[in-house]
Amino acid sequence: MDTLILSRIQFGANISFHILFPTITIALGWVLLFFKLRFNWTGDMKWMEAYRFWVKVFALSFAMGVVSGITMSFQFGTNWPGFMETVGNIAGPLLAYEVLTAFFLEAVFLGIMLFGFSRVPGWLHTTATFLVAFGTTMSAFWIIVLNSWMHTPAGYEIRDGVAFATDWFAIIFNPSMPYRFTHMLLASGLTVAFLIAGLSAFRWLIGDRSNGVRAALKTGVYLAALLIPVQILMGDLHGLNTLEHQPQKVAAMEGNWETGPNVPLLLFAIPDEQARENRMEIGIPNMASIILKHKADGVVPGLNDFVTADGDVLHPPVAPVFWSFRIMVGTGFAMLFLSWAASLLMLRKGRGPEGLPKVLLVAMVPMAFSGWVATLAGWYTTEIGRQPWLVQGVLTTKQAVADVPAPLVWTTLAAYLAIYALLLVAYIYVLFYLARKGVDGELPKPRTPLAGQALNRSVPAE
Amino acid sequence: MEMFDDPARWLPFTFAALMGVSILIYVILDGFDLGVGVLFPFATDEEKDTMVASIGPFWDANETWLVLAIGLLLVAFPSAHGTILTALYLPVAIMLIGLILRGVAFEFRVKAPTPHKRLWNWAFFGGSLLTSLAQGYMLGKYVMGLEFTLGTWAFSAITAVFLTVAYSFIGACWLILKTEYTLQAKAVDWAKGGIWGVVIGFGAISLATPLVSPRIFDKWFSLPEILWLAPLPILSGVVFYLLWRSLNALPNATDKGAILPFICAITLFTLAFGGLAYSFYPYVVPEKLTIYEAASAPESLMIILVGTIFVLPMIGGYTALAYTVFKGKAAELRYD
Ligand code: HDD
Ligand code: HEM
Ligand code: HEM
Repeated sequence: MDTLILSRIQFGANISFHILFPTITIALGWVLLFFKLRFNWTGDMKWMEAYRFWVKVFALSFAMGVVSGITMSFQFGTNWPGFMETVGNIAGPLLAYEVLTAFFLEAVFLGIMLFGFSRVPGWLHTTATFLVAFGTTMSAFWIIVLNSWMHTPAGYEIRDGVAFATDWFAIIFNPSMPYRFTHMLLASGLTVAFLIAGLSAFRWLIGDRSNGVRAALKTGVYLAALLIPVQILMGDLHGLNTLEHQPQKVAAMEGNWETGPNVPLLLFAIPDEQARENRMEIGIPNMASIILKHKADGVVPGLNDFVTADGDVLHPPVAPVFWSFRIMVGTGFAMLFLSWAASLLMLRKGRGPEGLPKVLLVAMVPMAFSGWVATLAGWYTTEIGRQPWLVQGVLTTKQAVADVPAPLVWTTLAAYLAIYALLLVAYIYVLFYLARKGVDGELPKPRTPLAGQALNRSVPAE
Repeated sequence: MEMFDDPARWLPFTFAALMGVSILIYVILDGFDLGVGVLFPFATDEEKDTMVASIGPFWDANETWLVLAIGLLLVAFPSAHGTILTALYLPVAIMLIGLILRGVAFEFRVKAPTPHKRLWNWAFFGGSLLTSLAQGYMLGKYVMGLEFTLGTWAFSAITAVFLTVAYSFIGACWLILKTEYTLQAKAVDWAKGGIWGVVIGFGAISLATPLVSPRIFDKWFSLPEILWLAPLPILSGVVFYLLWRSLNALPNATDKGAILPFICAITLFTLAFGGLAYSFYPYVVPEKLTIYEAASAPESLMIILVGTIFVLPMIGGYTALAYTVFKGKAAELRYD
């Protein structure tokens, strides 16, 4: 394999590993703030129990996010020098603003949020929790701005092969940014909702019926039920936006070769790029036309439009885009089904978690990671769907790659992969270990004062 | 000054200065917490917990300075960024793996089941060691002009070891400030042990830099420069003396002067860094690319500068808040 493909795999592996943890921390920060505020208002210990359990998960996820994020920031230089050389004038300020407005904020207040509970006044601790949540959301904002700009560049001009900014407003609010940012935030909310529901269901199943678990389980399920319809709607809007700006990506998502009306929605197919056709198609007639153009004879773009007369292929590889899109959407509908069924059962006669049949609780446990699956699948659709471009219409991936010997790339790639596999196993193992530990009563009994009273004890233990 | 008339001149300079300051702050801050990791095997299990507690609330923010420094290199000097990082491909990867290991070990060592704690302690030590060695190696490679020969390799191997010793030295000074009783006494011994490494390391780099490059030699050893540069080595000597004295006075009953070694260590790092910065200016890729040739478009730099000027004081403010909240001797870290 050559340096290009290895570098792509390496970048894909690193960012895939990184995104798992921000996806959790972005929304979990807000959920923690919610637990904290509920506790402040009601004084009910169950919210504190929930906070205390989930703040550990947050700390662990945050550490994973930080270290893999540092890896990301070096990747541009080590593997893609052409990227900054060509679009550095635009990517640079966006990345700089991320570091300045988001990373420092969250990194500094994280210490106070995690370890400051009995050292600082209650209001300061709550503020720190808010600032961390705000900071993670800001990082997501800036990086999504950059990523969206790479898909739908705007507000720039090319001089001597280098991009120069002409309109920062247009750059930041580029056409796909609002969709991508909202879709990503919702994805984060869903990932966390299912993680909370799944781990709480696990604790419930092994006999932990404490009020903290009950509160967390309900929060997780209701949050999921609330967000998933919005996400499906947003996904649809996002798709329409993509149709406008990157039709070749939508053609690959739909597995549609010929431009034309009455295109079916394919539920299953094996796209064959050699023969330029699908094998074993199963589809719903006219449905793709209806979704994308809102009428049965709407014309949907096909992949064959993106092959030049001399046979250059300007559309992305079809099968990976086609399949990752289906995995995302399929997971989305599984989420819809599970969260609505569980919510309805819990609301019925107000029985709460007791109203849930065991199968549903058991199903929630593996679904704890469904957010990860859908998010990764979604990003693969997006990113692979942009190929062969790195910055749509401006820079191809091939032009940006570093001139590093292939063996160097694959040795480091192998090292990263080994470490990531190890850390993922350790991470999931520790999540379940913490969940089990809650049951054995190993957690220290509450010794915390009500918020505000912490003031009197704020003298550092010297 | 005429320099300030032309944004294409003062902007690159300002950004080089900002980047320099970020690197310096990084080396000091992450230096001490990497150093604490490198010292891990010399401590008992209980002491290890205190050592981690002393850096727990800070390490993440400390590493953010690295992200800022590399970010500034990337945004302000894009072409240098690619050249430097591709030349340092392997040590960068090793450093990143080290940073990953130690960063997650912080969390895992207290959250994983007790029998696994030892394993994560080793990961913490191993990660800190790898990171320090890799950074020292990169320093050496950079000083040698990013050339790859047997000689530069040997030199870089030496700087790798000495930077690691220097980090464990500043880590020990931090522990003197943040701990008490036997651990503090141990930290004093570690700091004393580390001084020699620092002296030889500084010496080696100070000697090597002018020898590698005639340009740097001229910058240091010609009149009148040599006159106003003379205070630099003299000051370093004075600081070494103060350091030695303060270490010998510790530990004591009232904990008087426990902060002195750490201040001396910071001063030494700053002086050494100042010397290096003077040698390499105006180059960002040694002897190949100056900051003026490598800089991004002035308009883009301006946008970042505005943000930086606005945000840096805020960062300073809340960093100060964090250090105030967690001042005093390190106590057990708890979430409640
Ligand atoms: C919990 C996660 C999750 C769920 C349940 C869904 N998505 Fe999604 N999707 C993402 C998480 C995600 C993502 C990872 O966040 C992506 C990648 C880039 C982006 O902005 O969002 C994404 C991208 C993405 C794109 C690609 C846009 C582009 O790159 O141009 C489309 C068209 C959709 N989604 C559509 C949908 C639809 C119709 C869904 C209905 C079930 C859906 N998504 C559920
Ligand atoms: C966060 C989730 C993301 C995931 C999971 C992801 C995944 C991927 C994958 C799988 C590729 C390889 C595409 C291929 O080989 O065909 C890729 C390419 C790339 N992506 Fe993303 N990406 C994400 C976000 C981003 C963001 C936010 C940026 C930039 C700010 C980015 C920049 C790039 C670059 C520079 C490449 C070039 C390498 C290549 O094309 O293979 N990605 N990404
Ligand atoms: C090429 C792309 C990326 C780079 C260079 C990058 C870089 C980084 C770095 C350096 C950190 C550590 C910050 C610290 O020291 O505190 C970080 C954390 C973070 N990143 Fe990324 N990142 C990338 C992609 C993404 C994407 C796609 C998202 C989300 C949509 C994201 C969201 C976050 C968030 C929320 C954090 C802070 C929370 C945490 O650490 O878990 N990043 N990133």
